[in-house]
Amino acid sequence: MSQRILFNLLQVLVVLVFAPLVAGVLNRLKEIVQSKRGPSVFQPYRDLWKLFHKDEVVSEESSWIFRVTPYIAFVTPIFVTLLIPVLTSYPLFFAFMADMVGGGFVLALGGFFKALAAVDTANPYGPMGASRTRMVGFLAEPVFIIVFFTVAFVADSTIPYIVQKRWMSPPANFLEPSHVLLMAAFVMLILAEAGRIPVDSPSGHFELAMIDESKALEYSGKSAALMKWGGQMKLFVLLCIFLNVLVTPWGLAEKLVLGEVLLAIPLVLFKILIFVLVLVVIESSLAKLRLFRISEFLGSAFITSVAAMIMRLFAL
Amino acid sequence: MNDPQTTLSVLDSLNTLAGGLFLLTAFGIVTTRQAKATLTLFITQSLLLAASAFLLGLRHGSWHLYGVALVNVIAKPVLIPWILRRTVHEEVYTRREIDQVLNIPMSLLIALALAILAYFLTVPLQRAVAVEFRGSNVPIGFAGLFLGAYTLAVRREAVPLLIGLLAMENGAFFAGISLARTLPLLVELAIATDGLIIVFITAVLIRAVHQHIGTTEVGSLAQLKEQVAEEAPEEAVR
Repeated sequence: MSQRILFNLLQVLVVLVFAPLVAGVLNRLKEIVQSKRGPSVFQPYRDLWKLFHKDEVVSEESSWIFRVTPYIAFVTPIFVTLLIPVLTSYPLFFAFMADMVGGGFVLALGGFFKALAAVDTANPYGPMGASRTRMVGFLAEPVFIIVFFTVAFVADSTIPYIVQKRWMSPPANFLEPSHVLLMAAFVMLILAEAGRIPVDSPSGHFELAMIDESKALEYSGKSAALMKWGGQMKLFVLLCIFLNVLVTPWGLAEKLVLGEVLLAIPLVLFKILIFVLVLVVIESSLAKLRLFRISEFLGSAFITSVAAMIMRLFAL
Repeated sequence: MNDPQTTLSVLDSLNTLAGGLFLLTAFGIVTTRQAKATLTLFITQSLLLAASAFLLGLRHGSWHLYGVALVNVIAKPVLIPWILRRTVHEEVYTRREIDQVLNIPMSLLIALALAILAYFLTVPLQRAVAVEFRGSNVPIGFAGLFLGAYTLAVRREAVPLLIGLLAMENGAFFAGISLARTLPLLVELAIATDGLIIVFITAVLIRAVHQHIGTTEVGSLAQLKEQVAEEAPEEAVR
């Protein structure tokens, strides 16, 4: 029992420590593709360190929502980390608390507070970004629901630990069309949810074109660091859900032994690195969509997810 | 992996996967704006059809299906684009279709409804045939057929319309290869030649239309006569 709690906390620690690294590697690889050298992969850590040592300015006009939001944005990915398989293929101590739908709800809660906080300060760019995020959000919502529904349909469960085993036994299940189409739909969702390139440009500095970033413009000092770290952890958690639950449980610890769990860390990071390479290819080969074309992008994600469901019906 | 049961189930999975991607390309043909991209999607679709025929052939040990796969690989991805390129003006290829009859999200939803309809239509059919003929090919083929027909209804450019027609044929074949496993190669060859001739005639027609009117936007062919605008201004205003 105590071991399960320990591993659960270790999982949280891994997400906390390695989330900025993933962001750094992603940035560096993108710069290399553009034949620049780019900042070191450890730059996100330095940014966070710097921001934690800076003074903070909070507008007098803002309410408690503005002050609470960084903590919520920081805590919600950690909460989800307790529920999902990051390192182990068996449920840990806190995993009973919610299934995948519950995890999605907790992540959405962070997004909700971020949007509220952006409106709170009355900075002209904040509400604009908030409303755009909501637009992307409500277009992504049906895709999320259909993806979860199809997962439940195929695997007879929404509990991640049961779902992940479904794809591997027997091995032919991995090639099942509903599985492949689900993966494709979820990649598009990750791009939309994490504000990656066909939907939003994470490295842009032009406020009028921002979707995700303009919500955090008002934050400084520790709050800015928390928001940033929270965003990086959210990407990490989404990648873990995708790679460990929807793709395969390869590389995860099978037994309740410390050695195996520690060995799982580099394996999981390796899996994430491979996916980051795919992300880099997507981001470098596509242009950012115009705002009103995003509905078409998420529409095709919706079609892909519904096609996954139909394929399941067809194959019955 | 040497276990024959496992091999069979892997083959079945791969075949259904080809079917799933086939369905996606059919959706793509409905909505892609650029004529060139539509052609690429059609080529992908034909290759997936060939893959499915090959896998079914492997599954059931049928030489005829290998023939179907071979004919598909040669005729559709190579010969049809070649004929189109030879006959149709290059400008037609690079055109973007700005307005379809319906906007794209709407169109996608209708296409989805058609795909689901295909499933419900094939359930009684599936019940009527013997067990070994059941599978995902028939409903997917029907969905491809419907989506091709829907493409014909909703698009306004000549080349995508032609591709919609060919996609219908692909859909019919996709259903056919799982039902008629010992289809004589002669029939298959005849159908493929038929497809090529359709492409040739339509391409010549497109070329003629393009030469006369300077556009291939079929949607505006209701006003075919150029004088309409001067002779009846109230018509033009409408």
